[in-house]
Formats: sequence, C-alpha cells, structure tokens
Amino acid sequence: MELNIKTVDQLTVVEPLGDIDGKTAPTFQDGVLAIIEPGSRILIDMSGVSFMSSAGLRVMLLTHRKATGSEARIVLVGLNENILNSMTATGFINFFTVRNTLDEGREALG
Amino acid sequence: MERIDVHPTHVYQGFRIRSGKPYPFGATLVPGGINFSIFSRHADYCVLVLFNRGAKEPLVEIPFRGMFQKADNKEPVWGEFRTGNVFNMTVLELDHEDLEYAFRMDSNYQSTPRGKPGIHRFDPSRYLMDPYARAIGGRDEWGKLADWADPYQHRARIVFDDFDWEGDRQLEIPMEDLIIYEMHVRGFTRHPSSGVPSGQAGTFSAIREKIPYLKDLGVNCIELMPIFEFDELEHSARDELSEGWARMNYWGYSTVGFFAPKAAYAATGPMKDGTMVADELKNLVKELHKNGIEVILDVVFNHTAEGNEQGPTISYRGIDNATYYMLNEEGYYYNFSGTGNTLNCNNPIVRDMVLDALRYWAAEYHIDGFRFDLASILGRDPWGAPLANPPLLEALAYDPILGKCKLIAEAWDAGGLYQVGSFPAYGRWAEWNGKCRDAIRRFLKGDSAMSGAMSMVVQGSPDLYAGRGPTASINFVTCHDGFTLNDLVSYNEKHNEANGEENRDGANDNNSWNCGWEGPTCELAINELRRRQMKNAVAMLMLSQGVPMILMGDEIARSKLGNNNTYCHDNELNWLDWDLQEKNADLYRFFKNTIAFRIAHPVLRNRDHFQQQDSRNGFASISWHGTQAWRPDWNGNALAFMLSSRANGKADGDNPIYVAMNMHWDALPFELPSPPDNLSWHLSTNTSMPAPQDIYEPGTEPPFENSSSFLVGGRSVAILVAK
Repeated sequence: MELNIKTVDQLTVVEPLGDIDGKTAPTFQDGVLAIIEPGSRILIDMSGVSFMSSAGLRVMLLTHRKATGSEARIVLVGLNENILNSMTATGFINFFTVRNTLDEGREALG
Repeated sequence: MERIDVHPTHVYQGFRIRSGKPYPFGATLVPGGINFSIFSRHADYCVLVLFNRGAKEPLVEIPFRGMFQKADNKEPVWGEFRTGNVFNMTVLELDHEDLEYAFRMDSNYQSTPRGKPGIHRFDPSRYLMDPYARAIGGRDEWGKLADWADPYQHRARIVFDDFDWEGDRQLEIPMEDLIIYEMHVRGFTRHPSSGVPSGQAGTFSAIREKIPYLKDLGVNCIELMPIFEFDELEHSARDELSEGWARMNYWGYSTVGFFAPKAAYAATGPMKDGTMVADELKNLVKELHKNGIEVILDVVFNHTAEGNEQGPTISYRGIDNATYYMLNEEGYYYNFSGTGNTLNCNNPIVRDMVLDALRYWAAEYHIDGFRFDLASILGRDPWGAPLANPPLLEALAYDPILGKCKLIAEAWDAGGLYQVGSFPAYGRWAEWNGKCRDAIRRFLKGDSAMSGAMSMVVQGSPDLYAGRGPTASINFVTCHDGFTLNDLVSYNEKHNEANGEENRDGANDNNSWNCGWEGPTCELAINELRRRQMKNAVAMLMLSQGVPMILMGDEIARSKLGNNNTYCHDNELNWLDWDLQEKNADLYRFFKNTIAFRIAHPVLRNRDHFQQQDSRNGFASISWHGTQAWRPDWNGNALAFMLSSRANGKADGDNPIYVAMNMHWDALPFELPSPPDNLSWHLSTNTSMPAPQDIYEPGTEPPFENSSSFLVGGRSVAILVAK
C-alpha cells in the first residue's frame, strides 16, 4: 500500500492506494497519525482502496479516535461497495463521517 | 517494560517458538505471537500445522516434541512443549489475519479404521480442527460446493476480540417479562420479498435491518436456531435438474465447533476473515440490545457433526475419541441424540469445554441466554444413565459468568428420557413446556374435557412447576420442530414427502385439526375458522402465565405446506415470505395487539404461581368461571377466568381482566362476574368478530354494554378489561 498525502485548499487529503489489511495497517496508521494536529481537517479518499480487512477497520477507527481526541476532523470519501457493506455489517460505519464524493467530503469538513 | 516471553527460545524451520501456556485452550493472541494449546489425554504425539488462509499445503508443521534449534546460537536441542495432558506452544511473529491452523495427533493406543467400532481413533495423517477454534472457515459462503479434495475442510482461524461495545451489557430483562420469537437466521430474510440488499439476504446483518419489524411486533427476545459453525453440506444431496441442492443440513443441529459463529450466516463471510464475522454478529447483538431485544442462542451440545463409526473425522474423535464421546464397551457410539453420536457431557473435560463455550458466548458476544437442544442428554452419565445431580447442569446453574443468563432446557432426548416438569433445575433452569403445547393444541381443536388441563396452562403449569414458579415454563404452541401455526389449523396429517423418506420422518402426534379440508382451500368458512383459530391460539399463549414463545412467521400465517420436519430444505418451505405481511395484515395486527395487551398488564406476568387466597377487596388473584359465573366446568371445552391482582396479592395499578375461552363449536353465553372495586367491563378482544373489531389497542377498549352476560361465539376467545 502506498500513502499519498497532500494539502489542497487548507484540507489535508490522504490517498491510500492498495489494500488495508494486517500487513499494511501500520503504514496507514503511522502516516495519518503523523499529520494529525489540533484543528486539522483531513479528507481520506478511499477510492484507491479495493479491500479492507478487519485489521484495516480497526486501524481506521484508532486513527479516527486519535484525531477526534486532538480536535481534528476526519471524513471518508470514495468507499467502494464492498468496504461500505462490511463497515455497515460490522457497525464500524457508525463511528465515521462518510460522504460519496470529494466535493461532498470538503463540504462536510466546512 | 518489555516482556521476556516475546523472545523465542527455539527455532523450527525458521519459525521462532517458545513453550506456551496451557490455559486458555485454543489459539490466543499474546504479546508477540499466538499461543496454541490443546488437550488430549490419550495422544502422546502432537503436531501444530499452520496454513496460509485457504492453502491446501501447510506453511509449516511444528511438532510439540523433537529436535529444534536453540534460538540464540542455532545449536540443535531436544525440546518438548507439553504440560500434563495439554500440548502448548507459542509461535512468535505470525500474521494472525492470514493464518489457519490445525493439529495432527498420534498415540500408542491401537487405532480404529473408519466404519469399525473402537475406543481410539487416532490417525496421524489427518488435520484436526481445534475444538476451541473461535472462527472456522471452509464453509464461508452458504451452499457453495466444497473442494472435497482439500484434506482440511473446517479450518480453524484466529479472532481479534477487541470489539467496541460502547458500554453495551446483557439486558437482563426479567424472565416473566420476556416474549420470545424463535427464528432461523437464514430463513428470516433469505426470501426475495425480504427487501434487504441482495448481498445481505439470510445473514446476521439482515436481521439488523429488520429490527424495526421486531420492535413493531413487540417481541423483546429473539431465539436463534443454531448459529455455531455447522456444515450445511452434511448429508446434502444435489438436485440434478436445477443443479442446486435438493437437501441440505439447513437447520444446523449438528455442531462442527462450539466457539465459532456460522461463517456463512455473516454477510462478510465470503471475506474469510474470522474477526469480521465475529464483529458482524457482535454488532447485531449490540443493535438488538439498543432496541431492547435480547438474544438467546439455541445451542446443540448433545452431539457433534462427526456422526457414528462411519462419520468424518473433523476434530474431537481424532483428538480424544474416548474423552469426547459416550462409547459402549465395544466402542460403538451411544446414540441418545438420534444423530449417530452423543457428546460425553459429564466427563470433566467435556463439561469444562461446554462451560468455557457458554462463558465465551456470554462474555464475548453478550448473549442473554441459551436454549439447550435435547438437554436431557446433559444429565446422563458417561454410560448413558440419568444422573440425580448432574454435574454439568449444576455447574451451569451456579456459574458466575452465566449468573444472569437465561437457561432453557429442551427437557427430553432421543433416548427416551422425558423430563418436562422434572428437569434438574437448581432454581435456574426453565423448560420448553411440551405439555403446555399439547394441552393448548388439544383444547384449541375442541378435544373433550380439556378445560382442566388448559386451566393449568393459564396458571403457568403449577402442576409441573410447583416451587419453581411460572417462569420455569416456556409456553408455546409451535416451534421450528413441527407445524407452523397456519399448518396446525390446516392439516390433520404431516406431509413430509419432500424430505425424501416417504413421509416416515417427523412426528405423528401433532394434535392438529384442518378445520374441514386438508391443506389450502377457497372455502370461505374454513379460512375464516382457521384465521380465528390462529388468533385463539396466540391469545391463549399471551394470556397464560409463564414465558410465551412464538415461531417466526406465525404472526403472518406462514405455511410449510404441512411439512412438520423441514430440517433439510433451503427453499421457500423454510424462507419467510414477507409478502404475507400485507396479505395477512389483520392477523399481524392481532398478534401485535395481543402482545401489547400482555405487556400492558402485569397480572399476566407473575414471577410466582397464584396462591389460593383472597386479595383485592375479597377477590382472589385468579378466580374461575364457566358459562355460569363462579362455576367452572373442569371437564368441558369452555373455560373462563378473572385475574384481579398479581400473584402476590398486589393490584399494582393493573386492571382486572376477564377471559372467556369457548372451544365448543357453537356460541355459548357466559355469565359475567361483577368486576372488583365497582369498575365496569370494557371489551378488549373477541376473536369471533372480523378485524378490526377482533381486538382493540390497549387503552382504547370501548365499554361492554351488557354487564351480566357475554355470548361468546363458537371457537372464540373473548377478553374484557375492568376500568
């Protein structure tokens, strides 16, 4: 998995590319935790992720918790149907702000 | 501070290991690795086999005894990883998500070839599933044809148990307030009419989607037919025409692993991720709890999926046949379950396994209670004799972790032990009250002289449960086993031809009545009578002390076409047709309001049996009537009673209730007793009236004009409330 991080219009956009599973979860976590600062607004564009395992779901939740703990905000966009279904079935979806598109994600972050 | 035991002591083919911990059994994530621990009293050689997920060939096979390398200097060293009868080893640096594991075992005891009787069945060539496996793969997608060439069919996986419950706990709804809805996970939403997204049909996730339906109906507990991993392909047969399955192990009363949820019941099952499957079920329990609904599991501890001498070796028989199963002197399996083998439940090892499993489900999945299939087997000793003080049943009753769980016995077995009313209860156990079922059915169809038996049902069967109270009685008219309610009033005989045994299987004593025609009919009068009988039945159930249980779909007149043993059908016979909700909206409304009536009136939900004493202004808690007030006929087919206070004599603000059950074919006038406290009667229910006059929502009952007498129609139930 690769992790592209860029800043667009004062938003931090994170683009993971590849699967997020037990092997790649630490890369994702380290990368995202490094950019969390109080008040930061982070858009995670998941359109490059085709598969997320239970370890992937956990690392997303941990990251999200750390962010909200530092008064940063995270919005997920571009989840494919499989990931959306597994997040819904397992209830992980309830913890996140999820939007379909980048524009809607930007709007949600204000 | 770093732990010392994250470092290996030995190396085997590049895998870094150290001696493990014998407890807990199974595969447990520990700092730095995974601890594997498995019991066998009679094996003296054991090998841990690790696979990458789904691989046929092992990644490595690590013996628990043999030559290893020392971790620090790679010198050869002899090692053994065993404590007593427990093989245990920690393997470091494994990717638990991509891992499956098995064991191989061997022994100096003489082994037995398949098909022959024998005490020991060690076969070192076989991969054995861990009895404590928390997740099991191999049947990840329901009904998918298995790769029979794979030597490891049911594959143990690892579960990461950090689910975020957000403070959820078991609900601990008082037993007397429970209203149980018995459900098959797949059958509930598999039908195309269920309206759930296609990838979710028939899964845990889909039940979550249907929570609003359950809440609207008013039930506060679902009892799930078996959800421990089973093999739906066991005893299956292909249908040559459709290329689908003609028959399969649909109900699932045949456990492969006691600690693992059925992977194919999870929408996420096809992802082959044991933790994800566990998360999905936990999320369902959490969401049900948020909505005030408990979860009871129907658990099958009386036998396993390994069958008799001819059956497959999955786990137990290859690990320690003589410990896990009841065997006679020649080594044949005792068959008290009717399925080929009997789990040796009162062997101390097996007893601990059953306890460990139930504790795991209660603690890790927040399960609220358990219904034990053929529970009488759990009270037999290792040679099959019924025990006066069965250690397993006692241990369950006194267990600290299960301390608030509901424990419900199916108090009989296939070996002839019938313990309804006499199951060893230890103040904890309730029973499926089969005698209540039979009494209601016979009273309902108009058998003569049933009013006395029905009066016992109404009181929560004090004839059976004196000293235990009405909450020992799970009252039901129908369950998965036998006719649906609609079929109970539509068929005199079972029609099980589809099961492929020329109608020989299934019970013959159904106490059913077809109302004048066998099966579906266009005859209006017959259909009206059937409708009325279904309403009568649920009214009798909801008006009786004890714990009512209804069968999935009875509220919308589900039929299984007269088949009373649909264990093997994955088709419309077993799938709930949701279109029935609209077709039978009046019946659904009647069920809903009858349930609401029960919930509105504490006098229907006593923890203790009624005492024969006056309480409310000189009225007994329960008084008996007939066509004449105060003069019951105990040998007829009409029964009336008045409830004026709770069993403890307190009115608790509840209204007196009068019930007349006329199971005579013609209308009868019932002389009404005067209600207590100068109140006047209001009409709640009259099943002889068409909807919506058949039942009024609690609180909206209109005054009943004639205060002295009620002409109750033939085969009808009437309920009055004093206000």
